[in-house]
Amino acid sequence: MSSPTLAVQDATTMLGRELKHTMRFPLLLVGTILVPVVMLLLFEYILGGPIGNGLGGAAHGAPYVEFLVPGIILLTVAASCGPTAINVRMDMGGGFVDRVRAMAVARGALLAGHVGGSVVRTTLSTVVVIVVALLFGFRPQASVEAWFAVLGIVVAFSFSLAWVSAAIGLTAKSVAGANGLTLPIQFLLPFLSSTFVPAESMPAGVRWFALNQPFTAVVDTLRALLTGGPIGTSAVVAMAWCVAIALAGYVWAQVALGRGIRAT
Amino acid sequence: MSTLTVNSTRDAVSVTGLRKVYRDKVILDAIDLGIGEGQVFGLLGPNGAGKTTMVRILSTLIPPDAGTATVFGHDVRREPGAIRELIGLTGQFSAVDDLLTGEENLLLIGRLLHVPAAERRRRAAELLERFDLVDAAKRTPATYSGGMKRRLDIAMTLMGRPRIIFLDEPTTGLDPRSRHSMWQIIRALAAGGVTILLTTQYLEEADELADRIAVLDHGRIVAQGTPDELKRRLPGAQIVLRFADAASFDSAAQALPESKRDEGQFVLRIPHEGGIHSLREVLSCLDETVAVEDLSIESPDLDDVFFALTGNTQKEQN
Repeated sequence: MSSPTLAVQDATTMLGRELKHTMRFPLLLVGTILVPVVMLLLFEYILGGPIGNGLGGAAHGAPYVEFLVPGIILLTVAASCGPTAINVRMDMGGGFVDRVRAMAVARGALLAGHVGGSVVRTTLSTVVVIVVALLFGFRPQASVEAWFAVLGIVVAFSFSLAWVSAAIGLTAKSVAGANGLTLPIQFLLPFLSSTFVPAESMPAGVRWFALNQPFTAVVDTLRALLTGGPIGTSAVVAMAWCVAIALAGYVWAQVALGRGIRAT
Repeated sequence: MSTLTVNSTRDAVSVTGLRKVYRDKVILDAIDLGIGEGQVFGLLGPNGAGKTTMVRILSTLIPPDAGTATVFGHDVRREPGAIRELIGLTGQFSAVDDLLTGEENLLLIGRLLHVPAAERRRRAAELLERFDLVDAAKRTPATYSGGMKRRLDIAMTLMGRPRIIFLDEPTTGLDPRSRHSMWQIIRALAAGGVTILLTTQYLEEADELADRIAVLDHGRIVAQGTPDELKRRLPGAQIVLRFADAASFDSAAQALPESKRDEGQFVLRIPHEGGIHSLREVLSCLDETVAVEDLSIESPDLDDVFFALTGNTQKEQN
């Protein structure tokens, strides 16, 4: 077998391990579903009234839930950063990784397994969150093609965030630290984007940041696809962000992997 | 002090002038050693001596800063891939996957070694049997005892049929029974012809298992040789007398000028050549009024051995 074939085989093996871990220890997966669902209920039933009224035309006359759910989907993707960073950090703390590194296993297979596992988990929790949203009155206007596009964006964004999370897991000093370092991605960036309210409604300084950061481009695209609104340039911008973040995260992870080798 | 072993057989490991620095701290310095094929080599030293660093360098996990190290003729820096095909590593920290069952752990390693599926299952079953883990095969290591975890760890190392095995402190933290069972496992591996590099903090363990021992202290090899060669460099046995009071202690100390005095505890240590005669001679020097509280004969303590070799005066090594 050629070495690229072996590399794919090793990465698949590691992905299998990662998925088995998820099944044996499903708490992290449950968390990535629970947080978005709680946010959905919180924003829809407690904060949703005044926000929905204030939103006016931004939701194109639809109820706030139609504006909110694409944001909740984005939040689900962001929520998986925590478990991914935690899983990578836990691996680095144990002896198993040393064993694998001292074997003739394709370099990068381990992280590829983590990233792949993260994408599978995120896709799964996104599906669950969408089902919950449907139960709570979400009535999307999306065509089949649009649903596939939504899936594509979820996978692409989760893939790029997973590389960043893996790098965070490699650099963090502790498991708790690994989770903590992903919190800005999980919560700060979504709030400072048009996840819950349109970026245009924010104060000037924040507005500029919100309009130009990746989460806004991604959520605007998801929203346009699900509500049948105009997509404009947001899809292209979102994909560009995905590629850029994935590359940056990948390079960061490789550097961290090379440097993170303990001496004793 | 250290000499390069010249072996008639082919060297499994050959190390010259090896040096490793971590931040400002020298972890290993001027290390020369050779391990012949089929040998059990014991690397003995206290915590922080550099044993694990040595293992990590030889198993290609970290590069040396200076010097050369080869494993079966392959340089650790230039051909790590070739070395990884030949070695098996059982690290100091349990290298099992705690969320997978014992059997799944073995099969996972088999997959990563690209062993065909049928052969993978056959080897896993054989190793579970050999290491008495059949009943535990479907359980995760969280339910295992320390000894079982180590056995699984070694079984995983053997999935790849390595030609040399690095065992980093294989018995640290094990109860005496598990330790002895681990010794038997290591002896059986050695009998099978595989080369073994074993690190340990216990001289007794190195003595039991190793054909050759190198004593590592503060990153340097302070002694190297067969267990018997090393033991010859040790202090001899002693008669130890403890006295009830200062008066007895002083009079005995005068009667036995060759003794070593421990004033604080009223203890005298007299070199003992062995045999009843030498003991009677010592006792006959003591006045009947001298109150001897306790008499014992101490063979060189294994710790003393180590301290004699490392020149360490501090007994607290932990």
